Amino acid sequence: MKHLTEYRDGETATRLADQIARQVTRPWAIMEVCGGQTHSIIRNGIDQILPDEIEMVHGPGCPVCVTPLEVIDKALAIAARPDVIFCSFGDMLRVPGSEGDLFKVKAAGGDVRVVYSPLDAVKVARENPDREVVFLAIGFETTAPANAMAVKVAHDHHVNNFSALVSHVLVPPAIEAIMNSPGNRVAGFLAAGHVCAVTGYSHYRPLCDQYKVPIVITGFEPLDVLEGIRRCIIQLESGTAELENAYPRVVTEQGNVAAQVLLDEVFETTDRNWRGIGPIKQSGWRLRDAFRNFDAEFKFDVSAIATRESTLCRAGDVLKGAIKPNQCDAFGKQCTPRTPLGATMVSGEGACAAYYNYGRLVPLAAPDANVTGRA
Amino acid sequence: MADEKTSSTDGKVVDGAVEFDGLVCPVPLQDYPNIILGHGGGGKLSAELVEHVFLPAFQNDYLGALGDSAVFPVAETVGGGRRLAMSTDSYVVRPLFFPGGSIGDLAVNGTVNDLAMVGAKPLYLTAAFIIEEGFPIAQLKRIADAMGAAARNAGVTVITGDTKVVQRGHGDGCYINTAGVGVVPDGIEIAADRARPGDAVILSGTLGDHGMAIMSVREGLEFESEIRSDSAPLADMVAAITQACPDVHTLRDPTRGGLAASLNEIAAASGCGIVIEETRLPIHPTVQSACEILGFDPLLVANEGKLVCMVPAESADAVLNAIRSDKHGSGAALIGHVVADHPGVVIAKTAIGASRVIVTPIGEQLPRIC
Repeated sequence: MKHLTEYRDGETATRLADQIARQVTRPWAIMEVCGGQTHSIIRNGIDQILPDEIEMVHGPGCPVCVTPLEVIDKALAIAARPDVIFCSFGDMLRVPGSEGDLFKVKAAGGDVRVVYSPLDAVKVARENPDREVVFLAIGFETTAPANAMAVKVAHDHHVNNFSALVSHVLVPPAIEAIMNSPGNRVAGFLAAGHVCAVTGYSHYRPLCDQYKVPIVITGFEPLDVLEGIRRCIIQLESGTAELENAYPRVVTEQGNVAAQVLLDEVFETTDRNWRGIGPIKQSGWRLRDAFRNFDAEFKFDVSAIATRESTLCRAGDVLKGAIKPNQCDAFGKQCTPRTPLGATMVSGEGACAAYYNYGRLVPLAAPDANVTGRA
Repeated sequence: MADEKTSSTDGKVVDGAVEFDGLVCPVPLQDYPNIILGHGGGGKLSAELVEHVFLPAFQNDYLGALGDSAVFPVAETVGGGRRLAMSTDSYVVRPLFFPGGSIGDLAVNGTVNDLAMVGAKPLYLTAAFIIEEGFPIAQLKRIADAMGAAARNAGVTVITGDTKVVQRGHGDGCYINTAGVGVVPDGIEIAADRARPGDAVILSGTLGDHGMAIMSVREGLEFESEIRSDSAPLADMVAAITQACPDVHTLRDPTRGGLAASLNEIAAASGCGIVIEETRLPIHPTVQSACEILGFDPLLVANEGKLVCMVPAESADAVLNAIRSDKHGSGAALIGHVVADHPGVVIAKTAIGASRVIVTPIGEQLPRIC
């Protein structure tokens, strides 16, 4: 608890914001990669206390948002089967597929359950040996070790009615894709602290060197985010492009080695389609052949699925940092958390949902400049 | 329990279309450890259930008369009130027993609090049970006893009721509906649309205790210390508030939807804006931690023993003291103000000196992925 209040202290935040304002001499666009950081920025109003020169561009790091539509559709098809108990993290239930979401499948009689850990899904499989239990294993490197552990436990203990629908994505290829995109404005990155807690961070150095871009590994509390921005601005203003760890209380250079060994045993890299962004080479993990019997895509015939994305949704432009959520024509109109057109409006970490939930509507119905957001 | 004592046409099994009128088993209640369909049949089994479970729990003469309706005097002395308040609510909480309470005391406190939020003194309750076949009678007795204790604690009397039994698989153990009647003292006008710019916004204690207590048992989550529901009757607290400030403008108990929903309702009804300060919100550290882990916002989590009130600024200290002197109000805090700006919009000042808009939650909060 002390941990929480300590890193949310208002006076220290003001001091950090002042330091940033004294450093900055020209406009910079900085991307926070992780959806957790986007949530923190909008919830706490961090962007409101930054100097006008700094624009925070919200990155593609919300795992719910970038999970490809075809995976959601496969999930819907599998979850609708009467022989299946479908387990998922809570915020995947409202993600729209081509036709409906997991909530609708549940309402129509599908056995869809929210779990807090993938290992709980293995437990469900053990308790229901006559049914197939499928876990929707999505996320970045952060959630991957627990998902890998679930598959390994099922494999080692022959829980053969368990399988995982795997759609993992990786941060470094996404950073590369953003730097390679023709209209890129991002000059510096706040890397996702919890991803690096698993993977370590030495593999980010080549990105700094190749793209001449500073990358600062950053946490999620207001003071963490401000410190990440401060360090990034100091580098940008002095023309350096180095890797820095601004989250040393959680992240070490080598990361969680035990988790890395497990990940390498269970997963292999693969090309992955990112919802709203498109295919990125070698940007995901899938199960290795040794675990094929626990791969829901092989267990269930869901290959012939045709997807249909909303034509109004500009989630891709939001995820690439090209527009702010409230610059999308459908934002707050056809698209709200109640009727999401894209996944970015669903998860608490999705940029569109964060903007909507914390009232960054355009225009904000609040004339008092003292209490409204700048957006 | 009017229609349990008779075999009236009302006493039938509602789910599954099995008519049990006339099917009367003479075996005494104690031979059945579980509810059977016959307990809702309106025959002897029903009568025994009333006699063994409900009468001892709720003991009072109105119920004891076992008429088709309870006949009760209109209380003439309650603050000289000439207006009645009436409210009803159904309770379907799962699990039925949780740290700090049960469906039984929720069913009493919830309806008592709905009456109290318009300034009424709650007097009488009804209690209707929909029970699933096979439900343990010992558990039903625990629930009824909890209701009886909660009613005595809140100063209300359960004067009539009903029992129905549904087939196994067609219910979730036990559902309860209660309706309540109270008297509103003359001169008390409490409504959401009476909030005015300048009003102080006072919260009676910590946020989110009930919702997170339920969540932690339901999902088997264990935290360093047990989170207990705040289920409590608030009528005495409201009486103390109206005594300290007869012109209290607005009262709400932030149950489902949490404080966020209540404040938005008040902002919309009154056409005013509301500004609260996040650092002033009382939140139990364990509840805060649990919310952080699950990705929940304590502002959106349910409470069952808290109220938020809008009172003229000059009465704020007196009302704060009145709430704090109540046994359920020791954690009360002034959390913000009603403003003329941004009508209909609720804004929170964040810890770092920025601000955000608080919107009404859509439905249930979903635990996030990471």
